[in-house]
Amino acid sequence: MDSARDEPVLDVRGLRVEYRGDGRSVVGADDVSFSIGAGEVFGLAGESGCGKSTIANAVMRLLKPPAEITAGSIRFQGRDVLALDGRELRAFRWREIAMVFQSAMNSLNPVLTIGEQIGDIFTTHEKLKKRAARERAGELLELVGIDPGRLKAYPHQLSGGMRQRVVIAMAVALRPRLLIMDEPTTALDVVVQQEIMAQIRDLQRELGFSILFITHDMSLMVELSDRMGVMYGGRIVELANAKDLFAKPLHPYTEALMNAFPPLTGPRRELTGLFDAPRTADSCGFHVRCPDDRSDCSANIPDLREVAPGRWVAQSAQGAP
Amino acid sequence: MRLILRNLGFYLLAFWVSITLNFLLPRFMPGDPVSRMFARTQGGMQPEQLAQLEKLFGLDDRPLWEQYVTYVKSVFTGDLGISITRFPTPVSEVIGSQLGWTLLLGATALVVAAVVGNLLGIVAAWRRGGVFDSVFPPLLVFVGSFPYFWLAMGALYLFGVTLGWFPLRHAYDAGLTPGFNAEFLASAATHLVLPALTVVAVTVGSWMLGMRNTMIATAAEDYITMAQAKGLSPSRIMFRYAARNALLPSVTNFGIGLGFVVGGALLTEVVFAYPGIGFQLLAAVQGLDYPLMQGIFLTITATVLLANFLVDILYVRLDPRVRVR
Repeated sequence: MDSARDEPVLDVRGLRVEYRGDGRSVVGADDVSFSIGAGEVFGLAGESGCGKSTIANAVMRLLKPPAEITAGSIRFQGRDVLALDGRELRAFRWREIAMVFQSAMNSLNPVLTIGEQIGDIFTTHEKLKKRAARERAGELLELVGIDPGRLKAYPHQLSGGMRQRVVIAMAVALRPRLLIMDEPTTALDVVVQQEIMAQIRDLQRELGFSILFITHDMSLMVELSDRMGVMYGGRIVELANAKDLFAKPLHPYTEALMNAFPPLTGPRRELTGLFDAPRTADSCGFHVRCPDDRSDCSANIPDLREVAPGRWVAQSAQGAP
Repeated sequence: MRLILRNLGFYLLAFWVSITLNFLLPRFMPGDPVSRMFARTQGGMQPEQLAQLEKLFGLDDRPLWEQYVTYVKSVFTGDLGISITRFPTPVSEVIGSQLGWTLLLGATALVVAAVVGNLLGIVAAWRRGGVFDSVFPPLLVFVGSFPYFWLAMGALYLFGVTLGWFPLRHAYDAGLTPGFNAEFLASAATHLVLPALTVVAVTVGSWMLGMRNTMIATAAEDYITMAQAKGLSPSRIMFRYAARNALLPSVTNFGIGLGFVVGGALLTEVVFAYPGIGFQLLAAVQGLDYPLMQGIFLTITATVLLANFLVDILYVRLDPRVRVR
């Protein structure tokens, strides 16, 4: 029992995803490793295009061509996710890992009612009859504070916040062990964003699932996450306990990302941009504005090194942060 | 419901406009068609036929508004005058006896083409880039680009004359009386195959391409990824999530096609000597049968409006977003 608890829910090792075009391939994620324990909230932060969503989709095996997993392993409670066949994969999805997508606005089918869309989770996975599925769908809506009478509503009849809550209700329908949230509040205003985050926290406390939480909003992430990783250019550049990382970022990119959100109080400071050079084969693109002397890693982002227990940062062997 | 009533109001208005135009056009036509027709038939016309024509062209001496009232009244009582070429059969009776055949042929061809084309399009888009997707669209576009009459004549010659599989003309075997018995229905069905099939052959390609393209765009939507993440079965995702949304533009096209069922089958009916409205319209034009032409035009307008109205209702059922309160 204890060993099962110690075993991570999700374990990603050396994951590499490539987008293969005609004769040219772009690396979406490279040598990404992290694990998420039971009931843990793991945050993945980084700017747009850094590979966060690529990781999320890879874990669910939702990558579509030309994207392709070319190296690494993904294990979910000891099961090899990459080895699942079509049938196993369908049973695995949503029951074990559910996902809240970046654009909840568009993740609902406009021509089916909310009830039908929640219900087909139960008719598919639990072979429930339509009537029973509808009842369960109603209970789920209540769970996220929506009147079950809205089961007959179509997505366009709900507000953005309600739609996002419907999607969250759908995500916890089968009590999955892991919930992936890919920027779940990006399209919402700050007030609704707070409501949704509170809702997620409550649900997590109640149902005890783990969360892979993806966002570019560092402050939002620190609020929710236990541990977090910072991604840049398809690689994780820093991995640590969220509070430690926020208190004392070790990688210059982490620091830059945190500074990208100006504090509301305190003295005025000039904002520094993230980077201004494209990432190419012989430049990580960031070293141009890299505050510290990192000339040793300018050509490539180095591998993660453990500098203190549980604190990993991308730096070369001799480089000090 | 209110949306439907509002649409109904609009369609009634459109119908009134078309009746009025139908009334005014012959009366404003330059020249005197009656004397021209009289000259053409070289005095072979019955006095009643002449009176019919004069009435039609407003040559009776009553004021225009009085004639208009009489005309509208007669349209709504189904009295469209007397046909000249098939004197003394009333126009409504001529149209009535042929409308059924046109509807049968047109609706069969349209429904088969739309259903088959859309299904092919769905499959092609779902297996995009596969063998099926590489073979069918170009093939069907190739077939569809033949001039229709050429294809129809070819089919008639091959399957009708040379192979003798299908009858050459008419809608059922001579000597049979129309009725709901097996013999008559079988005869009507074999007569329907060639005309309907040729129409399907030239139209199915565009249905397929249209559906394929919309379907590919729909397959990239987030709710499709969401449906996959939910672990739904591929067929449910394909039909309830992707095709159900991609179908909407096809429904609009279906409505347009439905409207042209009555007016558009002219070529088919002429080639296969199928006793429908189109065949009759050709005869009416050749015989300068103005009352019949007028009646047919009115029928075509009415069916276009009716078809559009039906599709409006259907669209409201299919797309919840157009249900405005």
